[in-house]
Parts: sequence; C-alpha cells; structure tokens
Amino acid sequence: MRLILDVIISGLIQGAIYGLIAAGLNLQYGVARVLNVAHGEFVMVGAFWTYSMYTIFGCDPLLSVIIFSPISLFIGYLLYKSLFQYIRKSSETAEMFEGNSMLVSFGLLYVIQNLALLWWGTRTMAYSYFCSPLNFLGVTFEANRVLALFIGAAVMAGFYFFLRNARLGKAIRAAAESPTSAELSGIDIHKVLGLCFGLGATLACVAGGLISMMNEISASMGFPYLIIALVVVVLGGLGNILGSFLGGLLLGLVTTVVMYWQPELTLIASYLIFTLVLLVRPQGIFGR
Amino acid sequence: MDLSNGLPRKELSVWLALLLIALALPSFSPPYVVLSVTSIYMYVTLAVSWTIFCAPTGYVSLATATFFGIGIYVLALLGKTLPLPLVIFLGGVASLFLGILVGLICLRLSGFYFAVFTFGLSELIRNSVLWWEHNITGTVGRWIPSGSAGKVYYSMLIVVTITVITSYLIGRSKYGLALKGIGESEEASEHIGINVTLHRIGLFAVSCFFMGMAGAAMGTKFSYIDPNSAFSPLISFTPVLMSLFGGVGKGYGPILGAFILTFISELLLSRFPYFYTLIYGIIFIVVILFMPKGLAGVLTRTEQA
Repeated sequence: MRLILDVIISGLIQGAIYGLIAAGLNLQYGVARVLNVAHGEFVMVGAFWTYSMYTIFGCDPLLSVIIFSPISLFIGYLLYKSLFQYIRKSSETAEMFEGNSMLVSFGLLYVIQNLALLWWGTRTMAYSYFCSPLNFLGVTFEANRVLALFIGAAVMAGFYFFLRNARLGKAIRAAAESPTSAELSGIDIHKVLGLCFGLGATLACVAGGLISMMNEISASMGFPYLIIALVVVVLGGLGNILGSFLGGLLLGLVTTVVMYWQPELTLIASYLIFTLVLLVRPQGIFGR
Repeated sequence: MDLSNGLPRKELSVWLALLLIALALPSFSPPYVVLSVTSIYMYVTLAVSWTIFCAPTGYVSLATATFFGIGIYVLALLGKTLPLPLVIFLGGVASLFLGILVGLICLRLSGFYFAVFTFGLSELIRNSVLWWEHNITGTVGRWIPSGSAGKVYYSMLIVVTITVITSYLIGRSKYGLALKGIGESEEASEHIGINVTLHRIGLFAVSCFFMGMAGAAMGTKFSYIDPNSAFSPLISFTPVLMSLFGGVGKGYGPILGAFILTFISELLLSRFPYFYTLIYGIIFIVVILFMPKGLAGVLTRTEQA
C-alpha cells in the first residue's frame, strides 16, 4: 500500500513536469505549426536561470520563476515575430513552412546549446532548497517535490481556465482548429501564434525552474525533455493542450511504475507506448 | 537505360571528371584528407538515399540511424567470416527487409505522425539493443573487423556511386514519375491506377537498402561500436538537414548539401572547437531565412536570371 502511494505520487510529480513541457511544445507545434526542436533548451535555460538566481543572489526559486515568466514569454514572442513569421511569409506551402521552421529551430538548438556550454560548462549542478522531509500517510517525500507538484498543478489549472474562458484563450483554440477561419473572423493570427510560441517557452522555463528545485541540472539536460514532450504531445493529441497535461501525467505514472519494477526498461516502455499509440490511435488517446 | 540520354554531355563529363578525381585521391593526398572525404561520401550516401524516398513523397523519415546501424551490426556479426563486398551487400539487404516491415506498418500514417513514428521507432530499437546487450549478452559494445583507410575509402566510394546513379535513374523512370504524382496528389494518382502503398513501400525499402550498405561499408572505419554510436539520433537528423540545406528540388542538391556541410563541420571542429555548434547553428538559421529552397534553389534562380 505504501509502495503504491509512493509510486503514484512520484509518478504525478514527474508527470506534472512532463505535462507542462509537453503543453508548451503543443502550443508551439499544435497551434503555431513550429516543431521547435530547441524546446528542451528552454527547459534547460529556465533551470539554470533559477539555479543562478538562487546561488548568486539567494533569490527564492519561486520568485525567480515568477520574474522569468514574462521575460520568457517576451523572448518567445520575439523569436516568432523575427524568425518564424518571416519564414511563414517566404514559404510557398504549409509543408515547406514546417520543414524550414524545424530547421531554424535546429539552428537555435545548436546556438543555445553552445552558449550554455560556454557559460556553465559540462558539470552537473544542484542546490538544496526546501528539502525538509514531508510525511504523508507513512510515505516520506522531500517538500520541494511536493511543492513542484502543487505549482505544476496550479499552472495547469490556470492555463486550462485561461484557454476555456479568456478571450485570448478562445482565440488560441480557434487558431488551433483552423488558422484561416480564425483569421477570417477577425483574429490577428500572427499575434496569437506569436503568443502561443511565447507561452510555450514560458511553460518550458517554468518546468525548468521546478526541475532545478529537485533534480541535478546540466547543460545537456534539454534534449531528452524534448523527446518526452514529443511522446506526450502525440499521446494527448496534436493541438489538444488539455490532452497534453493529462498525457504528461499518464506518461509520468507509467514511467515511474516501470522504473520501480525494472529501471532499465523505462525508456523502452515509453517508446513502446509511443509507437503503439501512433499505430492504433494516431489522433491521440484523448483526441476525437 | 542509356545514361547519357537526357543528361547533357557537359554535365556528364563533369560527373565523370569528379569520379576520376575521387578514384585517384588516395594516391596524392594525406591520410586525414582521405578520412574526411570518406565521411563526406557517407553523408552524401545518407542524404541522397533519404531524398530518394522523402523528396517525392513528402514524408520526413527520422529513422536513418536505424538502417545505418543495422548495416554496422551486420558487419559486426558477419565481418569476420564473410568477404567485405558480400557483407556490405547483406547489410543493405537486412535494412531492405526491415524497411519493408516498417513501411508495411507505418506508411499509412500521415506527415507529422510518420516523422515522429520513425523517430520513436529508431529510439526504441536503440534502447532495445542496449538493453539486450546489457542483460542478455552481458557486454555492451563490440569490436568489429577494421579495414585500412584506403579500403574504407574505396568501399564507400563504390556505395556512394551506386546510390547516386540509382537515385538519378529512379527519378527519371516511370516509377519515379508515379512517385512524384503521389507526392503532388495522392487521390489523383490512385484514380489513374497507381498502387500508392506499393510504390511507397518499395521506394522506402530501396532508400533503406543504401543506408544499410553505407553502415556496413563505414563500420570498418570505427573498429569499436556500441548501440549509442551505431544508432545515434544525430545520424537520423544530419542527412535531413543536409538535404534541405542543399535543396531537394534538384538531384544534385543533397549531394552539394552533404558535401558542404560535412566540409564546414570538419573545418569548424578543427579550428573553433568551442564555438563549433554556435557557428554551425547561425549558418543554419541564415541559410534557411535567405535561401528557403536550399542552395539548389538559389542556383536555379541565378541560372534563370
């Protein structure tokens, strides 16, 4: 019983992180049609920002996350406006836009990776923050992991209501359904897509900040998160942001279960789920 | 089919001259040049065979590493007992069969899903081989029979020549035209009696065949391999970048792209090891922004002007 609870909560913590990153990628690819391969690097940058703020200025990680959210939103927005909107205009077909924007994001990946390596080196780093043990029904967790779970859940819930009720959220959902008809009904499509890209970057940075509170971080940590995010996006359905949150939680649970049972099969299990979902339900588990 | 038919005599003589230079290269250049040129051949083979399938059909395959790695593993298993040319051929055949299998499973997926599926599949295979070596054989990685630099060079040269010629022939054949038709409009092609699935699977298998041959031929250079290096995801991505960089609209695009990018990366790696990926990334962004159709697109534009 204890073990089950332990696995479930660890899985949810892992899954909340996956869900945030995947929802970010889904905003960028599912809505803005930019398969941003550098998405994982935003996670890494978020983690290092938080780490540096804590170790240099003693700034609380949560405060760092709050400070950096608008900054990363702005950077993402600028990236879309400067690079991807330009490519959209110069591409003749939708496929060409997708191919070229993926290539540019590869370029971004290389650039960010290299700068991070120059800046932070190849070492793994960690800091201890809020790691007093927390007892819950006989199972002990570090407080920072539980905090990460709560923040992750809060961000997800906030985002869900934003998409559901806010004017801008509705515009984003419209753009995900059909960019052309969204534009026809008076939505400034480039502004919305730019915001989607920016929000994607923000979600990645927030996830990175949360990861830095509980795990070791390194300059090469980003890419594996991109892969996981891709898996989750497919799991939850392309363009379905809520599906990504749920898919992230599901994948987190499954990988944690496999991890307890056979640690070496973790990666194999997630790829197996991935290929099976693609074959049986390519529209995603939660897709229509 | 007569090669010179349709290919302008001027172009044909350029290709023949290039081939002659390539044949003579090891006799007059230092070993490291021979080695770099060998890896250029490898990437040209991978980029061209990627383009054989992906350019006409519009599918993006990210499983190149799988088929390349299968070739390497065939070499590792059979290289000691069988002669090298046969092993290279068998490496291709093994990839061909796996290609048919993969094609049967997943070529009904569309665009994005095909790309991520092939990527997931290659990661699945990499991790499974890793797990297998960890738990069943008990040793990760293995030594493989290595050849001299000259031997690797010439086997790779033969593979790349066959690949380029085949891709040219496919592009000109009835088969290639059918594929182009499928790429433009699947429904219309089906209506005029083209078996879409069969064509796609066949073409995919052919492109896998060459990737497998490249793996088996190139494997002799490595002397030691493990699943992480044989099935490295980088091998899946690099040919895609090279082909798009060169431009898939023209036959020589991927060749040019692979040639230039391999050259640039070898140069950057030796001159600026710390800023290598930074410069590489910036080149990438600039090229895509200002030449969205790749180098071949720019060249065609200047020809027309």
